[in-house]
Amino acid sequence: MNDAFAIEARGLSKHFGALHAVSSLDLDVPRGQIYGFLGPNGSGKSTTIRMLCGLLTPTEGSAMVLGTRVPGNVKLLKPKIGYMTQKFSLFGDMTVIENLQFISEIYSYPASERAARIEELLTKYDLTMQRTQLVDTMSGGQRQRLALACAVLHHPELLLLDEPTSAVDPQSRRDFWANLFRLAAAGTTIMVSTHYMDEAERCHRLAILDKGVKVADGTPEELQNDTGMHILEVTSHDPYAAQGAIQALPEVASVTQLGMRLRVLIPLNIPDPVALAQRSLQDRHVDAAVTTSTATLEDVFVAVTMKSGQQST
Amino acid sequence: MSSASRLVAIIKKEVRQLRRDRLTFVMIFGLPVIQILVFGYAINTDVRNLKTAVADHANTHLSRQFLAELRETQVVDIVADVATPAALEDLLRRGEISIGVYIPFDFDRRVIDQNRSAVHLLVDGSDPTIFGVANQLRFMPIRFDTYAQPRPKLNLIEVRAFYNPERRTPVNIVPGLMGVILMMTMMLFTAVAIVRERERGNLELLINTPVSSAELMIGKVTPYVFIGLLQLAIILVVGQLLFDVPVRGSIVDLYIAGSAFIAANLALGLLISTATRTQFQAMQMTVFILMPSILLSGFMFPFDGMPVFAQKIGEVLPTTHFIRLTRGIMLRDAPLGELTPDLYYLVGFALVAMTVAALRFTKRLD
Repeated sequence: MNDAFAIEARGLSKHFGALHAVSSLDLDVPRGQIYGFLGPNGSGKSTTIRMLCGLLTPTEGSAMVLGTRVPGNVKLLKPKIGYMTQKFSLFGDMTVIENLQFISEIYSYPASERAARIEELLTKYDLTMQRTQLVDTMSGGQRQRLALACAVLHHPELLLLDEPTSAVDPQSRRDFWANLFRLAAAGTTIMVSTHYMDEAERCHRLAILDKGVKVADGTPEELQNDTGMHILEVTSHDPYAAQGAIQALPEVASVTQLGMRLRVLIPLNIPDPVALAQRSLQDRHVDAAVTTSTATLEDVFVAVTMKSGQQST
Repeated sequence: MSSASRLVAIIKKEVRQLRRDRLTFVMIFGLPVIQILVFGYAINTDVRNLKTAVADHANTHLSRQFLAELRETQVVDIVADVATPAALEDLLRRGEISIGVYIPFDFDRRVIDQNRSAVHLLVDGSDPTIFGVANQLRFMPIRFDTYAQPRPKLNLIEVRAFYNPERRTPVNIVPGLMGVILMMTMMLFTAVAIVRERERGNLELLINTPVSSAELMIGKVTPYVFIGLLQLAIILVVGQLLFDVPVRGSIVDLYIAGSAFIAANLALGLLISTATRTQFQAMQMTVFILMPSILLSGFMFPFDGMPVFAQKIGEVLPTTHFIRLTRGIMLRDAPLGELTPDLYYLVGFALVAMTVAALRFTKRLD
């Protein structure tokens, strides 16, 4: 057991009948960092988070979470983790303050400090105006702030957030992430699953999941520098024709259109990819400019999920 | 210490949510009142005022006196005088009357003739209740206001009803209704309670907190124990005020029996909620248990009159045992000490169902 890690998972697998939701997952989540979990819907993000907090029993493998073995006596773990479910799970027919009080009682928060802690959270999460409002009548952003306030009320060491921002507007997402960084700075380890690239980019480290398999992990910079691909950007007045020309090349791994631009991934072992692309465009009389570019996280995502697809076939 | 405070937290939350849920709140108090009114007034097995027509061919002093006495029973309501028995049959067939009375021209002679019947009753046999009532009429005595009283031709069979001499239905219905109402509300509310939290996602949050299964279960059902006892009081008061239903035995005994029955139903409700995944499934399951509880518990039909197979099913249902207890305590003034098998069954049922429910409810999603 290395104290530097909040979570160490080895060979974690979960099968639902024939479906392998998660396959032999190894994870090392350092303490005090924000660890991202990037993957499309159905890639096993929620299943993994649920296994880590003891909600689901792994089919194989195990994990050490904050020094407690999972599966095992997860009772010891519950007071140390905060969990924000993918679906909003607080009580809609109770007010903000009632929900917070309920959570404080459930976690046996010292009675004398309850009121002060709740006030502190109301201020921190900008809910003072809503204190007596029924949760059902609040906006998505307000609910999400309340959910986070409830998840951190008992000062958990580890915060598990399952797609916390999928139902809120961009401004609320920015505020939400500001809160996460504040928590991480105070020493909380945060594991957050997402399918937004911009969110993944904000994490200290991240793992990319595809069909239950971890296809890459590292810091966003590491991942971007290690795609194994040339990244080309093709700009054209006729991107559709340009796409046809690029896709005709067997060497091209992937083409993604972004407005008038195409992002093209070509494996590193292909020499001089710019010339290759330009030739194909000229052959088809498509007027286009080809430049090299650095990888974005989206490029990383495309590259690694493609690789795993090839491996399985 | 912290366990107790968590339990209190769950109870407080349940009460709070219950108060906000207006419809459920109204149901809790409205249901017993409405049910008792519906059953008390609508279910009426003592049949009165059956529409009757008469064909009196004798038309003597004696026959008119017979008809007057028939009227006095209040079982019949003579709505028509017709000329022939064929006309009676006509009216019967068209459903305009339930009973036809045919008095032959030699009625006076037949009355004293031991071998021949004096009056023919034509009865609508399609309704077994009416047939039963008409059968009773056979034993109606005929008095003669002459000095020479002939020996009564018909056997005088007196039907005496114990404990409910007036044979008023509410007196029989209310103790049973108490069981049915309590079962319905207790079982339904708890069955839905946990499933609703599962559907709304609250459960995923709750099971990630330090709350234990037992704390969650007990915390959820505790408010309903008090609601059940309150419902019991409502039924007793309404039954007393509107229908004069007595409580001849001890009210404390009744409340002890009631508590055991409430516990049994709450436990059953929890068991249902651990076996179902949606509120709709929980409702269906509740109805599945509700129907035999109404039909086979002795509430609707006399328990002893049911086939053995149906009796065996009835014996399993808590409602059957509770109805025996309430009828015993309320109507026969039986002390609880004489009814212990039924009480023990309810307590045992509650313990077993609660244990199974707590075991089935794991703090996991798989």
